[in-house]
Amino acid sequence: MLEFKEVTKKFEGNDYPSVHKLNLKVERGEFVVFIGPSGCGKTTTMKMINRLIEPSSGEILVDGVNVLKQNAVQLRRSIGYVIQQIGLMPHMTVGENISLVGSLLKWNKEKQKERAKELISLVDLPEDYLTRYPHELSGGQQQRIGVLRALATNPPLILMDEPFGALDPITRDSLQEEFKKLQREMDKTIVFVTHDMDEAIKLADKIVIMNKGEIVQVGTPDDILRHPANEFVEDFIGKDRLLESRPEVTRVEQIMNPNPITIEEESSLKEAIQKMHAKRVDSLLVVDESGILKGYVDIEMIDSNYKKKNQVYEVMDTAKYAVDKNSLLRDTMYRMLRRGSSYVPVVSDNNKLAGIVTRATLADMVYNTIWGDETADGNAID
Amino acid sequence: MQTMMDTLSSYGWDLLDKTGEHLYISIAAIVLGVLVAVPLGILLTRIPSKAADRFISFIGILQTVPSLAILAFLMPFLGVGVIPAIIALFIYSVLPILRNTYTGVMEVNTSLKEAGKGMGMTTFEIIRKVELPLALPVIMSGIRFATVYLIGWATLAAFIGGGGLGDLIFDGLNLYKPELIVLGTVPATILALVASGLLSLLEKGLTPRALRKTV
Ligand SMILES: Nc1ncnc2c1ncn2[C@@H]1O[C@H](COP(=O)(O)OP(=O)(O)OP(=O)(O)O)[C@@H](O)[C@H]1O
Ligand SMILES: [Mg+2]
Repeated sequence: MLEFKEVTKKFEGNDYPSVHKLNLKVERGEFVVFIGPSGCGKTTTMKMINRLIEPSSGEILVDGVNVLKQNAVQLRRSIGYVIQQIGLMPHMTVGENISLVGSLLKWNKEKQKERAKELISLVDLPEDYLTRYPHELSGGQQQRIGVLRALATNPPLILMDEPFGALDPITRDSLQEEFKKLQREMDKTIVFVTHDMDEAIKLADKIVIMNKGEIVQVGTPDDILRHPANEFVEDFIGKDRLLESRPEVTRVEQIMNPNPITIEEESSLKEAIQKMHAKRVDSLLVVDESGILKGYVDIEMIDSNYKKKNQVYEVMDTAKYAVDKNSLLRDTMYRMLRRGSSYVPVVSDNNKLAGIVTRATLADMVYNTIWGDETADGNAID
Repeated sequence: MQTMMDTLSSYGWDLLDKTGEHLYISIAAIVLGVLVAVPLGILLTRIPSKAADRFISFIGILQTVPSLAILAFLMPFLGVGVIPAIIALFIYSVLPILRNTYTGVMEVNTSLKEAGKGMGMTTFEIIRKVELPLALPVIMSGIRFATVYLIGWATLAAFIGGGGLGDLIFDGLNLYKPELIVLGTVPATILALVASGLLSLLEKGLTPRALRKTV
């Protein structure tokens, strides 16, 4: 879809190139987010795609064709573009703004109107907004229109330079959700610039971290949070975020309780009930002599079978629902919460019991995230 | 007062004639001025701003040459009559319109120009759909300013045989008839006021709804 080959841009009069030997491949349907400190060359990189800036050397291919070989005006009309400052035309109605590229492409009026109506309904704004002027809209509504304008002619590739920049956190958040949904439904390839790591993690399939005109690391949000390439990336992500995003990258092994209360399958029910009493729990994990997880037994099973059966393996539930110790905590958490289970056994290879994650474990972790970090507030619970 | 009425009755038709000529000269000069200064102003926005500033200052210096001097200076080249008068006045109209066009267009938010370009507008489309509509109020006030001054200065056209209300004034001066001077001056003033009023109405009408100041 989009490819950078050794792309360098040095502005006249600057000592250093703003973008240096950049190589990157973007697949169709991918959501790529460029992030990095101010002046690192994000905007320059993006503007070279639609030729608002031309590279000093190297090639940029869109669908395999070098952009410099294409007519600049045609190229720009075929690529959606959301600029940093929204840039709605104040003298045009919202409808005219949305239809701008359509009108450049000489779509007939009917088609332009139809499309504008279709689009505005996507973002849950009433149709009569189409006849309003941009200054009659709130900032968040304007930003939505800015995004719709880029979608109007249904371009497969869309460039967005900090499109949600000047918004309060709540509006920003809901716009991000909304937009991510739109992107998935419409299967667009998106190049997105931001300086907000939370935004990048939330939206990106692939994050490109830049510094001083060069790519420092490319990867999925998980990759980057889990394996920051160097200190720069770590600093850039920030310690707070590493903490906050623990469920995103932490493996189950790191937080599990490694000493679950177990009972051997050959034990008697009497032993089981004694152990429960001593440890003050209402269920036990059942293992064989080599520590392989066999199932679980709880107080109810023992109570209803006490007269008839003698040994644990006769009454236990053999459902071996467990998670691997290397799986991501995030997934485990969702699974537990979804099933409504109060704990989940953790196993290593061969189903050998390695530990347990209980709701209490999760509570501890959330507690640490919130109180261990003084700046966080109640919102973090969500 | 009696003399005034006499003059009016004997110069009545003449007055209408002269007013017509006066309007014609002024309007022709303004139209020429708009046709030259607006495109030139836009052109200046496309060159480095240092050069543009210099060019505008240069035109500004031309403007400070007293109008009579310009008329006198042009006479040997253009002779006398309506055309030289129009050309002389046109020269005066250029600066205010040029300056306002230039500033008006320069003041259009760069992010809007870039949005236009980024969405695939040609240079011409950016001028027509973005820059001109948004700069229009500023350009129009330049035109209005030029028109008011030109209607005043057009009285001097008589000096090089251009006709207009200036004829009456010069006659008045030559014949020691103050009534004639009044007869030439008052309509010129009224013309200027009316033109200014009409143009400011037009300016309001042409200003994009969203840009009108709501007080
Ligand atoms: N037109 C230009 N002429 C000269 N230098 C430029 C030009 N545009 C950008 N630069 C320089 O190139 C570098 C990269 O700029 P760019 O706008 O790409 O940064 P950015 O990563 O988008 O920063 P920000 O997060 O602040 O928007 C900067 O050092 C900037 O000064
Ligand atoms: Mg930028």
